[in-house]
Amino acid sequence: MGDKSDIIINIENLSKSFGDHQVLKDISLNIRKGEFVTLLGPSGCGKTTLLRMIAGFLQPDEGTIMMEWGKKNGKEEFRDVAGIPPHQRPLNTVFQRYALFPHLDVYDNIAFGLKLKGVPNDEISSRVRKVLKLVSMSDYEDRDVDSLSGGQQQRVAIARAIVNKPKVLLLDEPLAALDLKMRQDMQIELKEMHQKLGITFIYVTHDQQEALTLSDTIVVMNEGRIQQIGTPTDIYNEPVNSFVADFIGESNILNGTMIEDRKVNFIGHDFECVDEGFGENVPVDVVIRPEDVYIGYKLDGAQFTGTVKSCVFKGIHYEMYVDTDSGNELQIQDYDAFEPGKTVQMLIHPDDIQVMRKERVENVIDCVVLNETRVEMFGEEFECSPVKVPEGFAGRLEGAPAKAHVQFSKVDLMDHEEEGDASGEVWFILYKGDHYHLTVKTESGGHIHVDTNDIWDKGDIVGIKILPEDIIVELSDEQEK
Amino acid sequence: MSKRSNWAIPYLIFLILFVVLPLVLVLVYALRDGNGGFTLSNITRFFTDTDALNTFAVSVEVAIENTLICLLLGYPAAYILADRNLNKSAVTVILFILPMWINALMRTLATAELFNVFGFTLGKGTLLFGMVYDYLPFMIYPIYNVLLKMDNSYAEAAADLGATPSQVFRKVTLPLSMPGISSGILMVFMPTVSTFAISEFLTNNKIKLFGTIIQENINSSMWNYGAALSLIMLVIIGLTTMILGGDEREVEGGTI
Repeated sequence: MGDKSDIIINIENLSKSFGDHQVLKDISLNIRKGEFVTLLGPSGCGKTTLLRMIAGFLQPDEGTIMMEWGKKNGKEEFRDVAGIPPHQRPLNTVFQRYALFPHLDVYDNIAFGLKLKGVPNDEISSRVRKVLKLVSMSDYEDRDVDSLSGGQQQRVAIARAIVNKPKVLLLDEPLAALDLKMRQDMQIELKEMHQKLGITFIYVTHDQQEALTLSDTIVVMNEGRIQQIGTPTDIYNEPVNSFVADFIGESNILNGTMIEDRKVNFIGHDFECVDEGFGENVPVDVVIRPEDVYIGYKLDGAQFTGTVKSCVFKGIHYEMYVDTDSGNELQIQDYDAFEPGKTVQMLIHPDDIQVMRKERVENVIDCVVLNETRVEMFGEEFECSPVKVPEGFAGRLEGAPAKAHVQFSKVDLMDHEEEGDASGEVWFILYKGDHYHLTVKTESGGHIHVDTNDIWDKGDIVGIKILPEDIIVELSDEQEK
Repeated sequence: MSKRSNWAIPYLIFLILFVVLPLVLVLVYALRDGNGGFTLSNITRFFTDTDALNTFAVSVEVAIENTLICLLLGYPAAYILADRNLNKSAVTVILFILPMWINALMRTLATAELFNVFGFTLGKGTLLFGMVYDYLPFMIYPIYNVLLKMDNSYAEAAADLGATPSQVFRKVTLPLSMPGISSGILMVFMPTVSTFAISEFLTNNKIKLFGTIIQENINSSMWNYGAALSLIMLVIIGLTTMILGGDEREVEGGTI
């Protein structure tokens, strides 16, 4: 990660809750001087909360944010910024909806920070002119901010922040309100501005394309946790888990088994790969990017065959869905079109296979034993197979904490929430080639993972049903007496 | 004429009957002498009538004082009510504007009765108390409305640019709440200039307001002079509105 001396912000074990809802969980992150860092994740992942904490609008519940605070005896001084209000922090923010002051014109908006600092008038005027030139808004000094277009307001908002020469510029989804063309132009300009100014940018977005284009480092977040930190190439080519793989770019995420080092089995075939150290016969997730599958009617060294199901022209390439001989569906991109219904041959190179440890192989749910065949989980009662009582167990069974093991495929989802023993909302969907892997968030806030062939939409409210014999209950280890 | 524009006809009739016609009548009465001839003497009489001029001065003075007190008390109240950290309950807001639901005359009578019970001497102090009590909600509400709708990111942006909390207030929150303030001032100032009931009940007519002389003139059948005084008051209120209101679109305060 480079020399420690070029770190400008150091975040350690940061947590934050709003009421009962924990939005950030144990976030640790180093940001280096001059870096373009992007916090990337779906809405509600905590990225804006993290940014607002760095800016000082929110205080962390736990953990520290250290910031470079100027030089002392020739050495950079670091300071814990807890309790330091936003107006004293050496950074500026570009807000999502710009927040330009409607009662001031463009010039006074940009001069706002400098006037507060008591910068002499002639210096203010030359600095304002300079940044206006930088954002190509030179002739707009006297304009009312309400009379500007979205893109122009965006430029003024950036100018208002950088005129103060902050050490770090925070940008909260600054391009979200612009149309596509404008967004792409602004991306290029932002990148140029970052190079010209040499200051650290911390950029929040939910747009993975934007993150890949702009960043030196991407921090992928989900559900309040950092999933992966890396360069755009690392994140794209070597996602650490199925969430990252699914969120960044298009991908095929498949169930597989690591047979031995450098050998993995998925879609019914053995493949050579470059991954080691997983152990033998370990279940894994395999990620194949659609552009990494070689396809042809006749292909030298073909590893498997399939039937083309659909083929759509996407401008530069064709996007095809192919049913493999083992009954999995693969998304494939190629410059050539292959006719639907035709049989094709395919091959995947070893270094295009990304193998990831499975985050889980079955549901393990905290529960409370009610009696020998009943447990309470997700705040509801479930009938279960007889609780395994370890030998020598002398405590009370009723009320004992336990773990329920339920296989993904043994969870049934119902259209109507009343039909289930508990209810929940479909939270996250992953297509795994021949089935869907869903994460369902229950009413009580717990998660249950489900393998299913049925098609559900994100946000569907479902009933959760599990047969008693599929709930295997084990008393928790820390059971005393 | 399209069908839809027919819908405006009842309102037009209402406007003519209850707004335009009375105004024309006021104008006609103000410009006629006792025998029905045209004259400007009713108007000029006001400017030589020291009694009326003094009352007018007192009225304006009381109205300004009342407006200032309402503003000084009302702005902080509105600010606290609109701040979600300071006020978490909608009930408090309702409690503040609840007096507006009760007839002002009844409240004034009750206040006068309270003063009597506790043995306060009726005078300027009791008059101002009554006025502030009556008109404070009209100041709070428009300011509260503007503050409530104000995007919090303006204050955050100012703090981010280095403004201390008091600078955030002076340079951003206060200027952005001006529409509410001018609405509030209009809604308090205008009715206080013309009120007469409050001074009648709370000072026993010891302090006469402009509204009081108009009422006295009309009660004693001096219709022409009364109408002229009304006309003068109308012009003054109109001028205040123009000065304060400025751009009508900016007045977003709203009323109940």
